[in-house]
Amino acid sequence: MEKIAAMHEHRIHDHEEASLSLRVKALEQILVAKGLVDPDALDAFVELFENKIGPRNGAAVVARAWVDPAFKARLLNDGPSAIAELGYGGLQGENLVILENTPQTHNVIVCTLCSCYPWPVLGLPPRWYKSAPYRSRVVKEPRKVLAEFGTNLDADKKIRVWDSSAEIRYMVLPERPADTDTMSEDRLAALVTRDGMIGVTIL
Amino acid sequence: MNGPHDLGGRDGFGPIVREKDEPVFHAEWEKRMFGIAATLPFSVPFADDHLRREIERIPPADYLNASYYELWYKSITSILRERNVIAPDDFDTPKTLTLHPLCQAAIRPEAVAAAVFAGASTRAGQAVIPQTLAVGDKVRVLNNHPLHHTRVPQYIRGRTGRVIADHGVFNFPDTNSQDRGDCPQHCYTVEFESTEVWGDQADKTVTVTVDLWESYMQRVSKN
Repeated sequence: MEKIAAMHEHRIHDHEEASLSLRVKALEQILVAKGLVDPDALDAFVELFENKIGPRNGAAVVARAWVDPAFKARLLNDGPSAIAELGYGGLQGENLVILENTPQTHNVIVCTLCSCYPWPVLGLPPRWYKSAPYRSRVVKEPRKVLAEFGTNLDADKKIRVWDSSAEIRYMVLPERPADTDTMSEDRLAALVTRDGMIGVTIL
Repeated sequence: MNGPHDLGGRDGFGPIVREKDEPVFHAEWEKRMFGIAATLPFSVPFADDHLRREIERIPPADYLNASYYELWYKSITSILRERNVIAPDDFDTPKTLTLHPLCQAAIRPEAVAAAVFAGASTRAGQAVIPQTLAVGDKVRVLNNHPLHHTRVPQYIRGRTGRVIADHGVFNFPDTNSQDRGDCPQHCYTVEFESTEVWGDQADKTVTVTVDLWESYMQRVSKN
């Protein structure tokens, strides 16, 4: 019985997907016909966010901050100018603030009202970040949420949850892992994860 | 409005479900929907404030059951109807519909990368609402429940916190979303103790910070 219900639900989902797919296609055709959307420009946006603008950008920023104290100081003081040095910036990062994790304080970001996220450094957000469970819970019980991500912080470590409710966008600068003193900037960047820069994990 | 989008502190949604090796887009139509939403503001006059406003108006049961880009589809089509770009009942647009006078030609593909890099900040030059707050001030969030779009989460209304940053002047979503002007004013980061927001049982090592415009708050005491 449960199996039949699951199959039924699956079929409804497939039907909804197919219907949405058709409706979005119709919408695009109308907007193209009216000269309000150029399909090649649409492709260009998708291409940028699918292949160029993603968490590897943020990882490069973090690695640079770890090896270059002067860059780190600039990054913490003026996020947009500092990431522009590495060729990053723009939409949803115009007012970027970097939050430094320290032995005393852990930072984690969320948008409880929608899906605000620092696109130039992290790309588009994963589904869980935009989901009701994450948005509802992380402001109220961050320690439990972090534990679900496998992050168990000391009970006395301070946690600051940053709700991106206006046009400021946040990215976490994770603590540099131990025993990485001799590593090159490239190898350090490879250690940095998207979840670490959201603040749900530590590195 | 106190819509279904305002999720901070709600219970009952269960564990956070993650996807291994998640792709940026899950279907071709999601790419097209993202692309439409990204290109359209260059030709049709609307901003993120309008996109959010229309998402928040989706009935709660529909909102919670919809996928992310489905919300975008519903919001964008609603804005396009409001702007007379598509007909009210369906997509079969009669020639008699006049386009919003501020509509422009589509952004060209060769202009996209520069436009993405340039961004579209809502930072404004000068505030029309006088600045009354400073870093260090203790503030109380006004307990207002407007029916229009606003960026004050319910969980901090009426709560007291401390201003920890002044980000300068930004256009005001509450008025802009209603096409009633930019009403630029200072925007601050305010930090709230977890116990102030969630009660005595809350974890005392936790704080929540929220970014709030000047007119959302009143000063309790000076730094």
